[in-house]
Amino acid sequence: MSDPITRPGVTAPRSGGERGDGVSERNIGLLGERKKARLEELARSTADKGGVSLVRDAVRRLRRNPVAIVGAIIVGLFILVAIFAPLIAPHDPVQRFPELTKDLTVDNIPGSQSGFPLGSDPLGRDFASRLIHGSRQTLFVGVLATVIGLGLGVLIGAIAGAFGGWVDQALMRVTDVMLALPSLLLAITLVAMASRSTQWTVIFAVAIVNVPIFARLLRGSMLAQRESDHVLAARALGVKERNIVLRHMLPNSMTAVIVQATLTFAVAILDAAALSFLGLGDPDINRAEWGLMLGVDGQRYFEVRPELAYYPALAIIVVALGFTLLGEAMREAIDPKNRR
Amino acid sequence: MSLLDVRDLNVVFQRRGERPFTAVDKVSFTVEPGQTVGLVGESGCGKSVTSLAIMGLLPKRGNKVSGEVLFEGADLLKLRPDDMRDRRGREIGMIFQDPLSSLNPVIPIGVQVAEVLERHQGRDRKQALKEARELLDAVGIPDPERRLTEYPHQISGGMRQRALIAIALACKPRLLIADEPTTALDVTIQAQILTLLKQLVDETGTALIMITHDLGVVAGLCDTVNVLYGGKVVERAERHDLFARARHPYTHGLLSSVPRLDSPRGERLHAIRGSVSDNIPWTEGCAFAPRCDNVVDACLEGPPPLEPTATGGDLRCNNPVQEEVAVP
Repeated sequence: MSDPITRPGVTAPRSGGERGDGVSERNIGLLGERKKARLEELARSTADKGGVSLVRDAVRRLRRNPVAIVGAIIVGLFILVAIFAPLIAPHDPVQRFPELTKDLTVDNIPGSQSGFPLGSDPLGRDFASRLIHGSRQTLFVGVLATVIGLGLGVLIGAIAGAFGGWVDQALMRVTDVMLALPSLLLAITLVAMASRSTQWTVIFAVAIVNVPIFARLLRGSMLAQRESDHVLAARALGVKERNIVLRHMLPNSMTAVIVQATLTFAVAILDAAALSFLGLGDPDINRAEWGLMLGVDGQRYFEVRPELAYYPALAIIVVALGFTLLGEAMREAIDPKNRR
Repeated sequence: MSLLDVRDLNVVFQRRGERPFTAVDKVSFTVEPGQTVGLVGESGCGKSVTSLAIMGLLPKRGNKVSGEVLFEGADLLKLRPDDMRDRRGREIGMIFQDPLSSLNPVIPIGVQVAEVLERHQGRDRKQALKEARELLDAVGIPDPERRLTEYPHQISGGMRQRALIAIALACKPRLLIADEPTTALDVTIQAQILTLLKQLVDETGTALIMITHDLGVVAGLCDTVNVLYGGKVVERAERHDLFARARHPYTHGLLSSVPRLDSPRGERLHAIRGSVSDNIPWTEGCAFAPRCDNVVDACLEGPPPLEPTATGGDLRCNNPVQEEVAVP
């Protein structure tokens, strides 16, 4: 192979049409200097466009979609708030302030006052700071639950799709059983099975609920890939089975799964909040968590100060909406049928 | 010894509870080193299945392959899957019909060419990419440096097919199987690709099996032509003999149905009547009999044997066409 003489067709065949990438020397000679410069500039500008990756292509299309922009703004703000919560929050979220506790009774929870924009929570802590710190918990639970669910789902789906046959059948029947149960019910069952509830039980419960969804999705596209022409072409080149699965089938099957992950994030936030709301989450009273704030404080003191329920509920809804909008927009952007 | 000697290749598709279907029925042909052999026939005659069977690429379930495929004397059908995998891409290359779907959409062109070099020639990625660039240049892709990093959807159909040819020829295989390599391309590009293929096989001495339904491709490229009908070879001849004197009524019909510039105005294009669905099983007689103009009683009494002709070919017909057909 090192000897270029023996290489097939080193003398590149000059076969008209297709080689018309630039303008031939002879033609340029007939043009004026100005036009020549213009042509060269054109040739450069088209040349620079080479190498538009699939990702950049998708980003370009996302930026033209107002729904995606709204979703991205919400998600972006949410992530920023979560990261910089200690800087944004006016107070420590677990500290009880004398200004707030002095008037605090079961029938009176102090509202907005100077230094405490949203007033007190039922224990005399700054409600606004707790709301802001709640975003960290939501992001933490959402990310981990999604990533764990995605990881396990991809593993199961890839094994089922790569091996097919009875392995596929066995794995898919298990996912069938899991999908047959309503997701929240399954999550509650899983949490209830744990002897002691921590935030990790919530994360795992929510993650496992999402495993069958990822597994099915990936398995389906893997099976479609297995029959595809380019996989056959790879086989015809003698590519090893392991590489066919890892390099040819899996990367081409991941788009749907990645989009699903964004949507799952919204569902994970809602599920985790629901578990906390039902009192199945971490019982730590110091932890600021929207579902817990809504379920325990918001419910108990709804008649005294309904804001305790409104704000966490609003936060959950807005963030879930942001991720759903972004996920749907991504689905549209990545869908090859929309490619222009 | 022939490079490839296919003997009595049989492929039967079988599904539980259904009647088995014989897609390839005792097909035999040989390919000499450097020779270009055509497999010709209409859709469903078993062309592609034959090529997939030679490559060992038929699905593991649902079919039965028998016969012998001797490649340099070794029966490919009896090789262990690992050994066969080592030969695919290195000793036998294959080009498929649709260049877009045959390339992996998420891997840049350069890496796809490099992959086969890494696999079979033990090159590292850097060296493989360098050779990939030369290969892309060799198949006439302009600005190969840039193409290396581009994805299949970013280049034209003709360039994709050129890239596939580069991949198939990367390890300089001794045999190349091209399964309708020009069907998905427009006519001007078809001509370029055929010219390129012809040039490359001439230069490298690679033998080529050209699978096609396009007689124009056969006329321009093939040394020997095997005409398949209903999974059997019905006629085999040197290219010139076939075009000058097609003996089998099916081949004759195919040639007569090519539109010609010098035919009188207003004359209707000849067509073979009926369709493949009219076929009778070979066990009952000649599968082509229901559509044949020359049918005689013997055609329905059993399958006609494949017999040598005076010009050195083979023919499976009880009542061959006698008159001469002008070359289209």
